Amino acid sequence: MKRNKIAVKILHSDRIFDAVNILLMCILLLIFVWPLWFVLIASVSDPSQVWLGNVVLLPKKFTMIAYKAVLDYGAIWIGYRNTIFYTVVGTILNLVMTICAAYPLSRKEFMPRNVLMFLFMLTMYFSGGLIPTYLVVGKLHLLNTPWAMMIPGAVSIYNIIITKTYFVNSIPQSMQEAAELDGANSFQFMTRIVLPLSKPILAVIALYYAVGHWNDFFTALIYINEKNLMPLQSFLRDLLMTNKMSLSNMQGLDAAASEAKLQLAQTLKYSAIIVSTVPVLCIYPFIQKYFVKGVMIGSIKE
Amino acid sequence: MGESFRLRLGKNIRKNWILYVMILPVVIYYIIFAYAPLYGIQLAFKNFIIKDGIWGSPWIGFEHFVRFFKSYNFGLLMRNTIGISLYSLLVGFPIPIVFALMLNYIRNRYLKKSVQMISYAPYFISTVVMCGMIVIFLNPDTGIFNTIRGFLGLEALDFLSRPEWFKSIYVWTGVWQGMGWSSIIYISALSGVDYQMHEAAIVDGASKLQRIIHIDLPSIKPTIIMLLILQIGSLMGVGFEKVFLLQNTLNVQASSVISTYVYQVGLLNNDYGYSTAIGLFNSVINMLLLVAANQICKRLTQESLF
Repeated sequence: MKRNKIAVKILHSDRIFDAVNILLMCILLLIFVWPLWFVLIASVSDPSQVWLGNVVLLPKKFTMIAYKAVLDYGAIWIGYRNTIFYTVVGTILNLVMTICAAYPLSRKEFMPRNVLMFLFMLTMYFSGGLIPTYLVVGKLHLLNTPWAMMIPGAVSIYNIIITKTYFVNSIPQSMQEAAELDGANSFQFMTRIVLPLSKPILAVIALYYAVGHWNDFFTALIYINEKNLMPLQSFLRDLLMTNKMSLSNMQGLDAAASEAKLQLAQTLKYSAIIVSTVPVLCIYPFIQKYFVKGVMIGSIKE
Repeated sequence: MGESFRLRLGKNIRKNWILYVMILPVVIYYIIFAYAPLYGIQLAFKNFIIKDGIWGSPWIGFEHFVRFFKSYNFGLLMRNTIGISLYSLLVGFPIPIVFALMLNYIRNRYLKKSVQMISYAPYFISTVVMCGMIVIFLNPDTGIFNTIRGFLGLEALDFLSRPEWFKSIYVWTGVWQGMGWSSIIYISALSGVDYQMHEAAIVDGASKLQRIIHIDLPSIKPTIIMLLILQIGSLMGVGFEKVFLLQNTLNVQASSVISTYVYQVGLLNNDYGYSTAIGLFNSVINMLLLVAANQICKRLTQESLF
């Protein structure tokens, strides 16, 4: 892009502004990157080196011992298995429900669309709260079942709004009329025209939902007691926030051995963080532009 | 009138039955998981006896509320909840705006893109991992903050067991995690600002700081106001997960907030009625704050959410 060159002398204050700005951004970059980088390098460093504070910018005495320890920690795998199940099945359920809500709400000929939209949106401001919702989930016999992880949050009004807005703005009414002339009913119109045209927004909300499931800790805390059904985040909490690993099997060890064990338990935290966050971090660079798109669409007022 | 409405609806259903069938599961979902719990709110005014059920339990009026207002930790809970929220609002609200404004003036595309992309990343870290990282970095022996203190000749501090540090830890780690993400909406609003206004200002000899104050800020004012109202509306809604995870017996004095108390009373002590009452009290205050903030903004700036 070529802007008109305006002959203006560059202000002295602007030079300072630019310098300060660039410096500030570089510092910010460091603040954002370093903690994540540190966790990564600490996870592949010798536990005693991390303990001594020698690991700052680069790994010291490279070792995979922390990863071996985390792989030996069986609970992580139960958590992994459960979380993958909750994420995949939960996200599919979320998507189906969201489309089932957003598509009718986007059609002009659907008479109760305003009333239903209003009633759905009202739930953003009024909710029964923790205990009444818990009692409902209990009444349905969902407590301590995998479904408790997926059904109570089967759809989010925020994503319904985003999807509906997208349908309304990007699918012209004339297309619907043309499809009707060709003898397609509204379901066929949706599956053959609307959904293929809405791939970007469907990708965005699928990712929103999936990350939500992957990171979900609260739902399991409330509804799940059984170890076998716990998601990854619950096991991570045991590992990161309490010192279950370090305190077990400590009896009968001499001082040096128990210190080594303590250090390993600390390093285990780094590898556990990496192992649990890797799926999100791996796809993050590819999807971040979609996430941003989602925020933008969500902020458009109809 | 009623008759013709019914006729029209009947005709509409017959003609568009597919749409009605599609939305049915969602309607059922909302009835069960959003509206049925509203029915349970009456527990706040009842002495809940499990065998009698919600409907059969006897009414006790405002007893739960009175008990809560008189309880020894009512003041503490309110102070902590509002304290953490206000602190979050004062720090966490302006920082993304300033960040977006500054980023808008970075001309190097690579620097701009990388700062943007990397600043969003922490948002996707789960709360559990986030709290785990907080524990790691604040560790009295090996954490970076205590290493720095060591260099400065200060003695190590176990931040997480000091009540006076709790709010700052909560708020500033929240800034780290959320500022990039929160700035997206401002960055997109800023990209809509007409560049001709900037050109005119440059011709008039305005500095960048002046352009920020007189062009950029007024342009994104509606966005700022909208988000501010929403934030004020959730002033009493300090998120549960992070407080809960960072809470320990040593900092509990600063870290017990309404949401953790609702959980503790309701699900750990099974005091359903009392817990529901506290939750209801909390939502009513939030609702009032939302409406009040909306009205005040309407008066002062002619901008409002509803």
